[in-house]
Amino acid sequence: MRTFEYIRAADRADAVARARRGARFLGGGTNIVDLLRQNVEQASELVDVSRLDGAIRQSDGGGLLIDASVRNAALAAHPLVRRRYPVLSRALLAGASAQIRNMATVGGNILQRTRCMYFYDVEGARCNKRQPGTGCDALDGFNRYHAILGASDQCVATHPSDMCVALAMLDALIHLSGPDGKRSIRLTDFHVLPNASPHIETVLKPGELITGVELPPPSDAVTHSEYRKVRDRSSYAFALISVAGGLALTDGRVTEARIALGGVAARPWRAARAEAALIGVAPTEEAFLAAIREELADAQPLSGNAFKIVLVERTVVALLAALAGAHQ
Amino acid sequence: MTKLQNAIVGGVRAVLGHVPASWLPGGTPDPLIDKRVALGRQQSRVDGPDKVRGAAQFAAEVPMDDLLYAAFVHSTIARGNIADLDVSAAEAAPGVALVMTYRNTPKLGVPPTVGLTNLKAAGNHTLPIMQDPEIRWNGQVVAVVLAETREQADHAATLVRVRYASAPARTRFEEGKNSAYTPESILVERNRLDKGDARRKLAEAAFKVDAVYKTPWENHNPIEPHAATIVWRDGKLIVHDATQMINATAGSLAKVFGLKADEVHVSSPYVGGGFGAKAMWDHQILGAAAAKLAGRPVRVTLSRASMHRLVGGRMRTEQRVALGADAEGRLKALLHHGYGVKPRHSVCDEGFSLTGRSLYASESFDVVQHYVDLDLLANSFMRGPGETPGTFAIECAMDELAHALGMDPIELRRRNAATRDAVSGAPHSQNAMMEAYDLGAARIGWSRRTAEPGSRREGEWLIGMGCASGTFPFTRMPGTSARITIDGNGDAHVASAAHEMGMGTATVQRQHAADRLGLPLDRVTVTIGDSSLPFASFAGGSSQTASLAAAVSAASGKLAVQLMRLAGNDTPLAGLKPSEVEFADGGLRSVDDPARHESFTSILRRAGRSELSAIGESGAPLEILKFSMHSTSAIFCELRVSDVTGEIRVDRLVGAFDCGRILNAKTAASQFKGGMIMGLGMALTEETLLDERTGRIMSTSLADYHVPVHLDVPDIDVLWTDIPDPRAPLGARGIGEIGTTGVAAAIANAVFNATGKRLRDLPLTLDKLI
Repeated sequence: MRTFEYIRAADRADAVARARRGARFLGGGTNIVDLLRQNVEQASELVDVSRLDGAIRQSDGGGLLIDASVRNAALAAHPLVRRRYPVLSRALLAGASAQIRNMATVGGNILQRTRCMYFYDVEGARCNKRQPGTGCDALDGFNRYHAILGASDQCVATHPSDMCVALAMLDALIHLSGPDGKRSIRLTDFHVLPNASPHIETVLKPGELITGVELPPPSDAVTHSEYRKVRDRSSYAFALISVAGGLALTDGRVTEARIALGGVAARPWRAARAEAALIGVAPTEEAFLAAIREELADAQPLSGNAFKIVLVERTVVALLAALAGAHQ
Repeated sequence: MTKLQNAIVGGVRAVLGHVPASWLPGGTPDPLIDKRVALGRQQSRVDGPDKVRGAAQFAAEVPMDDLLYAAFVHSTIARGNIADLDVSAAEAAPGVALVMTYRNTPKLGVPPTVGLTNLKAAGNHTLPIMQDPEIRWNGQVVAVVLAETREQADHAATLVRVRYASAPARTRFEEGKNSAYTPESILVERNRLDKGDARRKLAEAAFKVDAVYKTPWENHNPIEPHAATIVWRDGKLIVHDATQMINATAGSLAKVFGLKADEVHVSSPYVGGGFGAKAMWDHQILGAAAAKLAGRPVRVTLSRASMHRLVGGRMRTEQRVALGADAEGRLKALLHHGYGVKPRHSVCDEGFSLTGRSLYASESFDVVQHYVDLDLLANSFMRGPGETPGTFAIECAMDELAHALGMDPIELRRRNAATRDAVSGAPHSQNAMMEAYDLGAARIGWSRRTAEPGSRREGEWLIGMGCASGTFPFTRMPGTSARITIDGNGDAHVASAAHEMGMGTATVQRQHAADRLGLPLDRVTVTIGDSSLPFASFAGGSSQTASLAAAVSAASGKLAVQLMRLAGNDTPLAGLKPSEVEFADGGLRSVDDPARHESFTSILRRAGRSELSAIGESGAPLEILKFSMHSTSAIFCELRVSDVTGEIRVDRLVGAFDCGRILNAKTAASQFKGGMIMGLGMALTEETLLDERTGRIMSTSLADYHVPVHLDVPDIDVLWTDIPDPRAPLGARGIGEIGTTGVAAAIANAVFNATGKRLRDLPLTLDKLI
């Protein structure tokens, strides 16, 4: 591990100013410290933003404002989150371990990097994300955990977050603060697909800091929402796939459907085509299957992950069917 | 050599066949077999309080002045040569004291290889260690960096520049099968077994199954990574190691460095989990060489990644099992053929094909295993070597046969239970496997099982039950010795260079010595874990307790003789022969007249002695050549499989064990449960991910190599028959490894019962079920 300076940010402006000069932000450190230790990333300066504002409060519009430094465990346990955004609480608790959730921050969770084994094997493997232009050993290697949607021939890695899948489903807004001032962006527009430059993972500009996440007021489908994570062991494993889903019904017809998928792409995948296909239809398993198949029409399995297509289909159908059943 | 070994073992067995059993170990029953004073009762581990308080000092914690920390650079190709090496940046990095490569490594001998014939040998492979620029596996150490701190060493290791000239490497299992080799013997057994025209009987059998079962490469993951704190002092090499092979490591390091046996001192009082991993690998040798070169003490603590690249695990296997049975389910033929990855430089057998030879009374056998030679890290022993993958294949096949016959799987085993060794004809020393089945079946409620697969459902969850036999042979190592010292207070102190990897070695021998010497527990201490103590063999093959028990027992016999000699004529015991006295109430007494007694303190005081010592040794284990001695078990599982996601949730495991007498219920239960959890990991998640394109292990962290987490581990019940084995010291066969065997088969069989899907390829990940 290379030596680096550790500085605790005085305030957001201080953090942004330091980051603009090359410092990296440090939240809970549950990912970046590993990345530094394994030499995947290098930093000469870490600016600790984990002690900046850490509040959760209602927004003026009836939504929820979550500061970026809020710990995952605190967010999952917050009464407003548990009551009004159950899918978010469940997604958070499906991630990592209790110890990691106690440390990890909301901002850091959004910015965590893929767990592709080739990405982490600095000495022995090629990775376009880690070292652009060197090649991708996952393409024909171990890609059981990798993407079936939105990948490129340069990179097939997935975004590992559970929380972000719920945030994508919730239409969360990301609030940013940077050298050029503040801006907000939908979470679903925040992460970018790999295309020819998989080392670029978000739309963050140099120096920009995630300051918070805003959840819109919960719709009926959000109130009736659920998260299901499918993985290789019961805890402490990344998702093979995960589904955040919510459903609203009126007179036996779907009036609102929300579906986001994890473990399938380089970003949390909002299944907009499936959602659109469900509006106005009767909530049957056949309809759910047809809808998710529409979403997966472009899916491109790799040598080791074709099972993910079936797994997504079945998990989405089961989750939506359970939600529909609970409505009735 | 192995042909010769086959001939010797065969010859000794033939001779022993004619020797009366009463002449062999256990011929005179051990009086302690039936006693229940300290032995047989629950006792907490004597090492427990220090471990809980953090006072127990492990190898990486031994304080030492002037210490340097080591980091390793591993090769990134599987075969070839180092073409170019630049260590200048590493040498210039802060805190670096030494960068050692093949260019400046001292000349090192190849360590003698581990085996049953040389108890001072611990080598796990036969390759030269950093003596030349040749690369022989992906992950081999190419440089050792010593620095003032661990962090500095790790950092400097990233600055070593190596350019390789690659050569074609053999890293693919399927290709390697084409040039597999067939050893003459596996451990001490002849490899090929062809008895009773199995091929014809299989062809003619009324019912048969014939399938291929696969188990993956598995890496060791003890909670304590391998570590050693090493110092050269006055020409002597002192190693504070984490090892289950104290004397073997000392003897091997002596050979490697050209030292006399007494010039190497290995100390290892506590080991944070062994399982076969805590042996001698390259890290102790390289650490000692670097310490010599740097002239300073060195601490080596392997990272998880270094562990996976340097410490071999359980070989990948592919096993074909064919069973033929008559309409009543009696086995007419058992065929067991298979491949396992054992590079030519490996020395450890994985005798998976031995499993089916002892479990059931088949009429005929056709058994052989082959090894695939690849350019990979040497394989090694992992808990229950041989029987762990072997029982997966045999016991899944038995379940398949039961299903084909429409017979309850326990009934099938009952009809084939062996009354003596089906291959050699040797009598069992003790065997009650079917009693274990009865115990386990009652505990799990086997009668609730429905024979029709897929017939129990709760919501999306399909529920199933399965069972399987486990088995592991009894071994007792010769040459293990123990010293008993009686001090002036009449207290006893037992000492031996034995090993404590957390299983209760000292705890149980303290119980043993107390009962053996007629003392209360609190007047006995046991000291183990250091090569300066009386010689002990390695802790492996579930042999340590039996070997130590034999040594302590022998020492107590010598002690009695010496005490009688000291006692002279001015004693209530005067005129008695040593065979006419026994230990009781802190002294010796007449067997026939318990009133004639003299205490240890009295004997010592009268003789003007402050203490008295005797050393006893575990003799040749001739009993294992005369008798068929195996521990067995019946493993039961109840689980759920999601018909949505294919996820398996194991709800219950029951292990019923027939291992002779259980010496300490508490430590035994821990051993059994721990073993079963390893079996659970094998069944559900564990797999070393080898990238066959490069020969590189990709799963080098606990995030990528999945061992079970707490939430995966169900309620586990363990119970035992507790029937003493008259041929085993204290009536107890080993229990350290059998817990792992049979578990994966019981789980796979339960998955079949739940879903109707027969999975023959471990681990049982959900993608194989959807």
